[in-house]
Amino acid sequence: MENIVEKPKAQLSSLVAPHKKAFQEGIRDGIPIAIGYLAVSFSLGIAARNAGLTPLQSFLASFLCNASAGEYAGFTSIAEGASYLEIAIVTFIANARYLLMSCALSQRMEKGLSLFHRLLIGYDVTDELFGIAIARPGQLNPYYMYGAICISIPCWALGTALGALAGNLLPLRLVSCFSVALYGMFLAVIIPPSRKSKVLAGLVAVCFFASYVASVLPPLSQASSGTRTILLTLILSAAAALFFPIKENKEEEKDA
Amino acid sequence: MHNTYVYLFIMAGVTYAIRVLPLTLIRGKIQSPFIQSFLYYVPYVTLAVMTFPAILSATQNTISAIAAFLTGILTAWLGFNLFKVAVSCCAVVFLVELFCL
Repeated sequence: MENIVEKPKAQLSSLVAPHKKAFQEGIRDGIPIAIGYLAVSFSLGIAARNAGLTPLQSFLASFLCNASAGEYAGFTSIAEGASYLEIAIVTFIANARYLLMSCALSQRMEKGLSLFHRLLIGYDVTDELFGIAIARPGQLNPYYMYGAICISIPCWALGTALGALAGNLLPLRLVSCFSVALYGMFLAVIIPPSRKSKVLAGLVAVCFFASYVASVLPPLSQASSGTRTILLTLILSAAAALFFPIKENKEEEKDA
Repeated sequence: MHNTYVYLFIMAGVTYAIRVLPLTLIRGKIQSPFIQSFLYYVPYVTLAVMTFPAILSATQNTISAIAAFLTGILTAWLGFNLFKVAVSCCAVVFLVELFCL
């Protein structure tokens, strides 16, 4: 990612420009996400249709929840006629990793960032948007998030509605291609810093290995992938923090 | 009989609460070095854990998935940006499946 570092001038006219630039960069980085979303949400829409949801309801679900695994778990429960409490619990478990992501993201926010911005950003902390947000150096500019949200969420909601409407229209081969785009983006976030830090490189390798082991070895392999993600994240991050505590102020506090 | 819109409302409410509570309740820097380090590592661990082995079953055959995985690591290592890494992975899957399926 090219990073044009501009020396912030104390001029009024330059107050708006960084936001506009951040917004545009958000849109730029959001485009591959939007394309990936379109494909993934299409298959989510098929699940919604199977649960008896109309295309409008599927659209609403995706527009309001922005969560693949969480929505999928919800749809499955709706299909089973689950109780309202059950839906709430299932949604919480499938989405609990966002709790960790939001905690991490809160550390990238300017201290005095207004409640309004926090409420808006909280609308859409997804795996992918979180990924591109933390890939940026320094403090998070809310407008970067808004740019990415503006382009990706309509695709997510629209794709779900189309999936519910049209079912299996998209050729499997294309779905196959698009679905790795999301993982490619994850790799683009975690690999470059690993090149600079041996600790991170080792940690990522351990994560891959542990995640693989957990997916084939009971009892963890019986759990949902969301639960596995939470458990592994808690354990491995805590271990890394214990053995390799970061130096304070090592990163961020740099660009405006 | 349950109302679908109530279901959706509950799903949306719970999902939003999970995301917005940490953002609004945690103001400023956390002081504890352990928590700081923990939260520094969380994103990398989460994304790594979600990528592998899930990527292996994302495509129609495992070979194209492995190819995409290696391509992603290589292109990211070489410093390609987010979009280029993603597109490279997609292209590799397309090509491999063109020849293998």
